[in-house]
Amino acid sequence: MEKKIMLGNEAIARGAWEAGVKVSSAYPGTPSTEISESLVPYDEIYAEWAPNEKVATEVAIGACISGVRSMCCMKHVGVNVAADPLYTMSYGGVNAGMVLVAADDPGLYSSQNEQDTRAVARAAHVPVLQPSDSQEAKDFMKYAFELSEKYDTPVILRTTTRLSHSQGLVTLEDRVVPEDKSYERNPAKFVMMPGNAKGRHVYVEQRELAMSENGADMPINRMEMGDRSIGIITCGIEYQYVKEVLPNASILKLGMVNPLPKQMILDFASQVDELYVVEELDPIIEEQVRSWGIPCYGKEIFTVQGEYSANLLRKAILHQELELDTPSQVPARPPILCPGCPHRSVYSVLKKLGIHAAGDIGCYTLGAVAPLNVVDTTICMGASISSLHGMEKAKGKDYIKKWVAVIGDSTFMHTGINSLMNMVYNKATGTVMILDNSTTGMTGHQDHAATGKTLKGEPTYAINIYQLCKAIGIEHVVEVNAFDIKELERIVKEETQRDAISVIITKSPCVLLKGTVFPNKCVPVPEKCKKCGLCLKPGCPALTKNEDGTISIDETMCNGCGLCKQLCNFGAIEEVAK
Amino acid sequence: METKNIMIVGVGGQGTLLTSRILGGIALHADYDVKLSEVHGMAQRGGSVVTYVRYGEKVAEPIVEEGQADVLIAFERLEAKRYAHFLKKDGVIIVNDQRMDPITVVTGAAEYPEGIIEELSAKYKVYSVDAMAEAKKLGNSRVFNIIVLGVAAQHMDYSKEDWLEVIEKTVPPKTVDINKKAFEVGYTLA
Repeated sequence: MEKKIMLGNEAIARGAWEAGVKVSSAYPGTPSTEISESLVPYDEIYAEWAPNEKVATEVAIGACISGVRSMCCMKHVGVNVAADPLYTMSYGGVNAGMVLVAADDPGLYSSQNEQDTRAVARAAHVPVLQPSDSQEAKDFMKYAFELSEKYDTPVILRTTTRLSHSQGLVTLEDRVVPEDKSYERNPAKFVMMPGNAKGRHVYVEQRELAMSENGADMPINRMEMGDRSIGIITCGIEYQYVKEVLPNASILKLGMVNPLPKQMILDFASQVDELYVVEELDPIIEEQVRSWGIPCYGKEIFTVQGEYSANLLRKAILHQELELDTPSQVPARPPILCPGCPHRSVYSVLKKLGIHAAGDIGCYTLGAVAPLNVVDTTICMGASISSLHGMEKAKGKDYIKKWVAVIGDSTFMHTGINSLMNMVYNKATGTVMILDNSTTGMTGHQDHAATGKTLKGEPTYAINIYQLCKAIGIEHVVEVNAFDIKELERIVKEETQRDAISVIITKSPCVLLKGTVFPNKCVPVPEKCKKCGLCLKPGCPALTKNEDGTISIDETMCNGCGLCKQLCNFGAIEEVAK
Repeated sequence: METKNIMIVGVGGQGTLLTSRILGGIALHADYDVKLSEVHGMAQRGGSVVTYVRYGEKVAEPIVEEGQADVLIAFERLEAKRYAHFLKKDGVIIVNDQRMDPITVVTGAAEYPEGIIEELSAKYKVYSVDAMAEAKKLGNSRVFNIIVLGVAAQHMDYSKEDWLEVIEKTVPPKTVDINKKAFEVGYTLA
């Protein structure tokens, strides 16, 4: 059989294809994004970008009720958005199998918190499978559909950044499409009103108990018995660190991390002298094990924060003093807005005017850091607009004249529109800036409802954000080129002073999008330079200050957006053809 | 054989992912078990990025930890210094002798350290190459990363023919020739 090297996320997509999935819906979010992108080449699967994770989950639910295997994918915080359908879907169960793929981010590579999806799953009484490498990512995906149908439940496949973004060898198999389930009307199962839900709640408890009891027979849970002085219960990528450090220890490798196979754990614990629970993030397994009266080592010697590693286990379990070189003290290199990014242009204007921004989730969150320092808040998708509204209701319309909300086009379509409707409804004033770069930028350029293209690359209707804002009743909606800083400054001054809601849509495509090419590049004219440093203020990485106070522009980095040229009052930066 | 640990470090956007794909492809080509770990998302935006590649009979964890790297491929000087402590005692650094100021240096909050190559050379085996200049000679500055890879290839267990075959399979079709040329340049420099 053919072997291929695959990202964890590619393997998840392959597993879905092999399992006969026909419908997938998702909203992009690191580290889950490549799952949907990897579905694109599979013509047998209908795969889409939804505006948010709640919608994506409901699309998958509908497909599964109709009788075909379906899935939805999201990052961990997306599970919060999807929580509403998920909690009730747990009661209703499935017709054909349904899997929700949730990607957690221990170590916060690209997220606003470090939450553990297993905690949500426990609360929602939904089973969770957790693979340890790319091969298992594919295999577990297929097994998840079997369990979903066998136990009449949605199943969560939980991955983490390290698993999703690591590559390993995967043995490819054929696609096997189970026959579509017939659809029969079944309100007791799919109409979750109180009378029906009461009965389903009883079923949910029985289901969870049955899965726990049958856990020992599931091939994804296995004991690897070796030296019995140390026994380790582990799951996910952590298993690999354990194998690295303690290849001969006894290991209980859990593929199903909710519900836990209680009897199997009791059996394992009784066969080893000292028991350790090795799990990243929350002590989900550990606390349950302790609650059964089994002593174990856990978070008191490890950590609830960040990723684990072999070295962490060497220190915590083996008490090894590692002779490591001290890391060099070097200047930090945090992520920054790209050269030619339209957000930098917008922020340079807001900074000049001394305006605070209630921020949102996207590349433009980077407006919070030096040298821009414009964004004051970032909470979750859509929160810029609603928190601005809260400020206005708390402090009044004059207070809000020194503030704007900033939100990207994709985030606006995700949940921002709800918040804007709330402003209209509740007679708010305040300025909302939609930074429209025609893509979902931070996750690597995914299309959305306002770009005119589907996940599969087909042309479609592009929802017009300007018209949308007009349609919900906002009188003052203005579009402006993000790089026209004089006009933008005039508009921001005017709109923020207005005793009404206004929306400013700054339009300029992401500089990394295919087709976004500025014809020129910027070059310094040192003899005209007055060394004022104004061009350096927005922090474009292509510009550096020379020892004599003039500037250099790195020609390989400059994208030719012309922002620095506009900022210079002395004509000391020119644009020349590339 | 013992598992071999390679790290590729650089600045987001420098092409670390393409380089790691080639390293993964060649391990598979040679019938090794192989794992790679990469960084996607926000950290890629001009930030410090690191990719791990491990190959051997059987590979467990996908990351390389402190004190374990056999080869550190650095696309930028400061990043070589940042990750040098990941090397084994007899590890090798291949560094592209290029300076890219991080935003902390641009804003004046920090200073770019002087004498990085000299300092690293005192402690490790360092091969420094001005890959950007070599790439410009080839007429395409973007292939500097493959030149660096060519230098690093001398410290791994594959033949030149294997490398060229895998490069041909991995890079975009239009860029096969220039990338193969770039590899040869690096391979000869080493």
